[in-house]
Amino acid sequence: MGEKLLMKGNEALAEGAVRAGCRFFSGYPITPQNEVPEYLSWRLPEVGGTFIQAESEVAAINMLYGASACGARVMTSSSGPGISLKQEGISYISGANLPIFYANVMRGGPGLGNIAPAQGDYYQSTRGGGHGDYRVIVLAPNSVSEMGNFPKRCYDLAEKYRMASMVLADGLLGQMMEPIEFDFEPVDPAKLPPKEWALGNAEGRERRIIRSYDLKPGYLEKMTLKLLEKYNKIEEQEVKYEAVQTEDAEILLVAYGTSSRISKEALMLGRKEGIKVGLLRPITLWPFPTKILGELSGRIKKILTVEMSLGQLIDDVKLAVEGKSRVYLHGRPSGGIPTGEEVLEIIKNICSE
Amino acid sequence: MEKKVFSRTKGLTEVFMRYCPGCGHGVIHRLVAEAIEELGVRKRTIGIAPVGCSVFADEYFNCDMIQPAHGRGPAVATGMKRVKPDCIVFSYQGDGDLASIGMAETVHAAARGERITIIFVNNAIYGMTGGQMAPTTLVGMKSTTSPFGRDPRVAGYPIKVCELLSTLEAPSYLARVSVHKPANVIKAKKAIKKAFQVQIDDLGFSLVEILSQCPTDWFVTPLQAVEYVEKAMVPFYPLGEFKTPEGKKEPAKAETKMAVEKG
Repeated sequence: MGEKLLMKGNEALAEGAVRAGCRFFSGYPITPQNEVPEYLSWRLPEVGGTFIQAESEVAAINMLYGASACGARVMTSSSGPGISLKQEGISYISGANLPIFYANVMRGGPGLGNIAPAQGDYYQSTRGGGHGDYRVIVLAPNSVSEMGNFPKRCYDLAEKYRMASMVLADGLLGQMMEPIEFDFEPVDPAKLPPKEWALGNAEGRERRIIRSYDLKPGYLEKMTLKLLEKYNKIEEQEVKYEAVQTEDAEILLVAYGTSSRISKEALMLGRKEGIKVGLLRPITLWPFPTKILGELSGRIKKILTVEMSLGQLIDDVKLAVEGKSRVYLHGRPSGGIPTGEEVLEIIKNICSE
Repeated sequence: MEKKVFSRTKGLTEVFMRYCPGCGHGVIHRLVAEAIEELGVRKRTIGIAPVGCSVFADEYFNCDMIQPAHGRGPAVATGMKRVKPDCIVFSYQGDGDLASIGMAETVHAAARGERITIIFVNNAIYGMTGGQMAPTTLVGMKSTTSPFGRDPRVAGYPIKVCELLSTLEAPSYLARVSVHKPANVIKAKKAIKKAFQVQIDDLGFSLVEILSQCPTDWFVTPLQAVEYVEKAMVPFYPLGEFKTPEGKKEPAKAETKMAVEKG
């Protein structure tokens, strides 16, 4: 704490995880997140942790399944195509109520796509992503500072609710350098409260079983309804967002991550010209800031979502607004990055309608 | 006076097993459970159940258990052993789980020399799903997805896991046994115990392949199944030890220099 550092987003993410108590990482190389495993390959051994370069993303996430089941603070990171492969394991981890932290430094898709920054994995992240009924807590940083400080929040949430929690970033946030100040004291994982469900060393207690299946009729439904109780509580208590000049706004931008920084620039340009622009930036993508958006939409009749995807975030905005405002989209998919001027032009067009 | 000569091992729970009559899993479960109990490590053992008939192994083994995705046992075991090096970690897997969908995880865990033990049950068939062709189904053997017998021109040849893994540097103990006759059961127990001993002594990766019978999905009687193991499986999958820890060199220390330097 207190010390100001200049770091690359991916390295800040890795360092932030270590400071938050991460002692196990397994992953597989993929651009634009390679600095994360590269950094952790020397940093984790320094603090007595384990780094494994796995044979595949499938193996990497399943190593997390094992290490988390034994109570460790664990992490993996990847980009879109690799996160697709990890969905199998994330689904099992969700069914088995295990806490893990992972990051997706998004690139352009679908398919092999490209290595440019993009936000096309919004659906994949906020809808669960793998098979079955489950959710993942999704935090969306928009600066190197947040890249470094969000892993701690993710671990706290993951362990509080015993579930997967992730950082959804993109290639731009991963690759750029900015000053960062860690806003928390380093966590010593040995001093964390013991996990009453973790496996290993069963001396003096009953054996424990961790699993995501139950074949007895009706039991799985009960297990999944328990997940729902947890998810309802999270939707009530864990929503985070940033509201910029929404008080007098006549048009509201909604954007997260890199798009939110571009939107902030458009807001400032618009305000200079006397246009009353506001911005709502969801910091948690799930749970989504539905309530505040619903309130704002009663007053602000025009909403523009700015996203580096074909129109994914807009679905959650429309669900929150429930038809009370007109919702517009500016979406640049697969590596297209909007500019502030570009967004301002669209704002002007909407306002002149 | 009555004298007790045999009792159920504490390594197994007191629940009713759901395996078919004549199946090898029950015997193999008992051998693994006895080994863990006799070696005195049950309280620090974590078992990994597969996906397949023995998915219920998490109910049967009397130690901490986890049930992961199909074929991923060796990866899960890797994660566990690395964060709990004092625990004994074993992965119990069938042939579809280990040699088909989980082949990459198996080969790489072995290549890294993970200090885990794999119990690999090879009955040449997918049992739980109803008798489909496995990666270890013999040529000519009928299954529900090779109804005219496995044709190597269409489905290739069965995989010999022990032979394949023995080309790797890291594994310390690789053995193939069977449970189709009492004498073989005794040998199987010895191999399983040795595999766990290798892990207890921190000597590296160990795997025991156990040829087993599946009368239900082979569509034969239990006696015919036992005969099939003897006459068809054992000749193709030779029994014995393929790698032992004796005489195995310590891994070389990491070299920081590149092997080839500019003169």
